Amino acid sequence: MDFTDKEPIYKQISDYFCQQILEKKWAPDDRVPSVREIAVQMEVNPNTAMRAFQLLQDEDILVNKRGIGHFIAEGAYQKTLDLQRREFIENDLPYFFQKMNLLGFSCNELEKIYKES
Amino acid sequence: MVTVEKLTFAFQKNEPLFTGLDMRLEAGNTYGLFGLNGAGKTTLLNQLSGMLFPHKGSCTVLGENVKKRLPKTMSEIYILPEQFDLPKIDAEIYAELHAPFYPRFDHTYLSEILNEFQVDRQKNLTELSYGQRKKFLIAFALSTNSKLVLMDEPTNGLDIPSKSQFRKIMAASDQSNRCFLISTHQVRDLDSIIDHVIVLNNGKIIFQQSVMDISTTLSFEKLSDDSDKIALYSEDVFGGKAAIISKNKSSKETQIDLELLFNGIIQKQELINNQFKS
Repeated sequence: MDFTDKEPIYKQISDYFCQQILEKKWAPDDRVPSVREIAVQMEVNPNTAMRAFQLLQDEDILVNKRGIGHFIAEGAYQKTLDLQRREFIENDLPYFFQKMNLLGFSCNELEKIYKES
Repeated sequence: MVTVEKLTFAFQKNEPLFTGLDMRLEAGNTYGLFGLNGAGKTTLLNQLSGMLFPHKGSCTVLGENVKKRLPKTMSEIYILPEQFDLPKIDAEIYAELHAPFYPRFDHTYLSEILNEFQVDRQKNLTELSYGQRKKFLIAFALSTNSKLVLMDEPTNGLDIPSKSQFRKIMAASDQSNRCFLISTHQVRDLDSIIDHVIVLNNGKIIFQQSVMDISTTLSFEKLSDDSDKIALYSEDVFGGKAAIISKNKSSKETQIDLELLFNGIIQKQELINNQFKS
């Protein structure tokens, strides 16, 4: 099984933002930390941090109000949910299924475990 | 901001170090300069700061040949050498004496960083440990606000918390008008704070790409022995191969493995560089 070790840093940052939105800690019109604050927290180059902001802006999850900062966009929750569900299917599930097959789990078996947990 | 053209230089006549080296650096970027021992990283920094002169070719900073050592050029260049001697005075007196060479020197910022690094400003610099002295010079370098900052192995000698503080301070510094060139072997200390990778080998720059272009062009994966993926370069690791693979448009981006990339560039220079030509 081939696997990619680690997500790029900018992706870790955007995933963190998505998680905050999905957990409803951040809501539309909330101001998010600045590029610089995130860069310092993550100890990364501000250009790297900027990429995470750019990605979420392209997905209409963040809006940039020039000179004021970045804010959570209207309808961000649904867009984040769609984005993260898509990524879960594309990135996480293939490895999960491979491991499942390797260990000989059937979907029924897993469903039972899921319901019990 | 920096243009190096056809730089040729040798310390000894029959052992050329640089053989027509070309390099361009832009403001707003932090470049990591990598090379094997003896590749000439330190010498290149000394050329850029006007401490050594090219035998042929030129180094231009902000439109002026560095060789002329014009005060207006020198005040925009700060070099933090790996080895340094500091006089027997305290940090405050040192700053008072040296700050006037840099017109936009920020004393408040200097105090802030020295506090963060917990460097004692009242102690003679000669009484501080190597790591403490280095932190003082890093703080001084950033406070000069000079346009070009050259750092030679800045994290050497820094203790574990100081390395983290260094990255935080670099991340917080306003880089939009400045250019940082950092030479290092400590890939893991610095890979998160650089946004361009430069590799110096056999007298020339053999690789220069932005971190963004690298991550959209190459994929860094661990392959199993029976994998059908074709690696541009790979190394045996426990349970398979650590590999550099040509990234296709749809596959997701991976975190850059700088050590693997560096080895790949040294071994397969042409093959790796070809991936960036589209």
